[in-house]
Amino acid sequence: MKKLSLLGLGAGLLAALSFTAEPAVAESTLDIVKKRGHLRCQIGTPAPGFYNLKSDGTWVGSDVSVCRAVAAAIFGDPNKVEFQSVTSTVRFTALANGESDMLSRTATWTLFRDTQLGLNFTATNFYDGQGFMVPKDSGIKSSLELKGATVCVLTGTTTELNLTDYSRTNNLDIQPVVFQDTNVRNETYLKGGCDAITNDKSGLASNKAGFPDPGAHTILPETISKEPLAPAVRKGDGQWYDIVRWTVFALIAAEEMGITQANVDDMAKNPPSPEVARMLGVEGELHKGLGLDKSWAHWIVKSVGNYGEIYGKYMGDKSPDGIGIARAGSQNDLWTRGGLMYAPPFR
Amino acid sequence: MAVVEKPGSGSDLSTIINDERYRAIFYQILVFGIVGWVFYSLVDNTLTNMANQGKAAGFDFLLGTAGFSIAWTPLDYKPDDSYLFVYWVGIVNTLLISGIAIVLTTILGFVVGILRLSKNWLISQMAAWYVEVLRNTPLLLQIIFWYLGAFANLPRPKQSIELLGIDWLVLNNRGLYFPNAEFGDLFWMTAIAFVIGIAGAIWLNRKATERQLATGVYEPTLVKTLGAIVGFPLVVFLVTGMPLSWELPVLKGFNYQGGTFILPAMCSVLVALVIYHSSFVAEMVRAGILSVSHGQTEAAYSLGIKPSWTMRLVIIPQAMRAIIPPMISLWMNVVKNSSLAIAIGFPDLVSVFMQTSLNQSGHAIEIVAMVMLFYMTVSLTISGCLNIYNKKIQLRER
Repeated sequence: MKKLSLLGLGAGLLAALSFTAEPAVAESTLDIVKKRGHLRCQIGTPAPGFYNLKSDGTWVGSDVSVCRAVAAAIFGDPNKVEFQSVTSTVRFTALANGESDMLSRTATWTLFRDTQLGLNFTATNFYDGQGFMVPKDSGIKSSLELKGATVCVLTGTTTELNLTDYSRTNNLDIQPVVFQDTNVRNETYLKGGCDAITNDKSGLASNKAGFPDPGAHTILPETISKEPLAPAVRKGDGQWYDIVRWTVFALIAAEEMGITQANVDDMAKNPPSPEVARMLGVEGELHKGLGLDKSWAHWIVKSVGNYGEIYGKYMGDKSPDGIGIARAGSQNDLWTRGGLMYAPPFR
Repeated sequence: MAVVEKPGSGSDLSTIINDERYRAIFYQILVFGIVGWVFYSLVDNTLTNMANQGKAAGFDFLLGTAGFSIAWTPLDYKPDDSYLFVYWVGIVNTLLISGIAIVLTTILGFVVGILRLSKNWLISQMAAWYVEVLRNTPLLLQIIFWYLGAFANLPRPKQSIELLGIDWLVLNNRGLYFPNAEFGDLFWMTAIAFVIGIAGAIWLNRKATERQLATGVYEPTLVKTLGAIVGFPLVVFLVTGMPLSWELPVLKGFNYQGGTFILPAMCSVLVALVIYHSSFVAEMVRAGILSVSHGQTEAAYSLGIKPSWTMRLVIIPQAMRAIIPPMISLWMNVVKNSSLAIAIGFPDLVSVFMQTSLNQSGHAIEIVAMVMLFYMTVSLTISGCLNIYNKKIQLRER
């Protein structure tokens, strides 16, 4: 009889487990984050530019800064973030299952992902496009010369599909070699195992910056796809969606209004225009709808700077930490200077 | 149990409650019911949760266009085929690589296992080192080692190594290129001749055994066997006018075009899988042989049977009883471990279906379930077949 009762016990336990898997009663994400005391933010495995680990173990990068900005908006402290470094394969599932509160991981905004994966993209914070990188000594000047070439590509991204589409459209007969691990892919490319690497151009710049001799490689001019990278949140919590969305807008708007990490305190004391005053919480009740403190935007800029400062630090070609993607005149410049970075008005 | 035995009460109900058989059936139904209900509620929960998260569920996506290309497959796959076909491509690639790996692993393992028992100190020590070094390092490490350490370092296409000095048998860091056979109209006759040849060879060998059993005369059959399997189809091939041509690989642009090729990743995975698992097979074979009492060898020698025959006809058949059970799980491991190939870009089932297709379609639960179903089916099939074989060779005790 002992054996049987043990079996029964096991079955009972299993049954209990399956009960706890019942969906929890909806509580707002903001409340959960506040109660927990920190934000859970998904980023990628270390790569210069977007999310990189410094030697002292802190995360830095442009996508990391978005996580920190959201934490600053909620808590006034950019360090109240638990970073979850995940591979591209599990990112959407982990977000939809509630393991994290938001995803800031070079994810391309597409119709399919926005509607069928249980998540919503908030606001584009980097306009990217897929390109090719080849060794300089190959003499290749255009990606249309890649007929019959072997191209290394990472799995679990939209790049595989784009590559095949491009190859089919232009009859290039490209042979893809698919890798799961960036290091193995880079090593294969450097040893000549493939003629080119394809990835988002920012990713290529990031990889190139990490190569032993970055000058020996060149990124081809063609851009074969649209890759708007945007932070994403779980579907179904409008307030939380607004918080992340408007955090990104606050970064962009701050640059447009000339608010920087250095002058934000002065600006708040002495707002030069009503819009700055409204944004920094000196006037009006704009923070109410978001459920945040009135200084939320002030805290964001104070903690991480504005969009231009973040770009300059991690993506640009001016700073030593940057991965060398020129901004002037590109899609990632402010709309006032001919780019696509545009925030709706703060009123 | 709370029910107290009341002898002679005669009540029908108490007889049933106290009857071991009925009680057993009752508990089995109970356990089965609970397990079934747990399973049902898990599935139901998952579906509800997915619906709540706004995720699409169902298998309709399988018929949609996959849209991406696959680096290597023996099938005629094109990017506009469906996800279902990608599943099939993945299955074929996985089965192909693990099938080849299983055959080579078993052969190499047997050789090393027997060598380790050699009386020659040098040979047995070399076999022992082989086993200990390979068995005690992780497989993933070995796969990456063989890839980055060996096959990725081959020369680029323009400096390809021409094997045996032939310009249509080349090796470079894109793969091993060799001619592709193009079968003519009458080639089917050669194929049929080959099948007949094999059947004939089996018949010949059986005949020879029968004669040996009846008369004791041993007659070597190697020449006759070769004649039946190779000679006969060759004659048919020549008579039908050699209906076979070769498409040669030629260097064009970036790489060799035409012919057939094998990816360096495939070579690395094969080498790593075979070498790693053969060290386990070697240990199983050694243990199996050592489990046969030395008296068997002595008895064989005293009957005047020569050492190589003693091994083949007396020791190995008995050792098989100890070798087969662990071999079952090893073969299953080879199939499952082949999924590590994804690390270096070999397009196996996990790579093309559980990575690329999953990412593009977003149907994580369905896809993972399908992949699990495949590995489970293969494992159970291997286990089933070897169990049947095992039953056949087990000692029949009367």
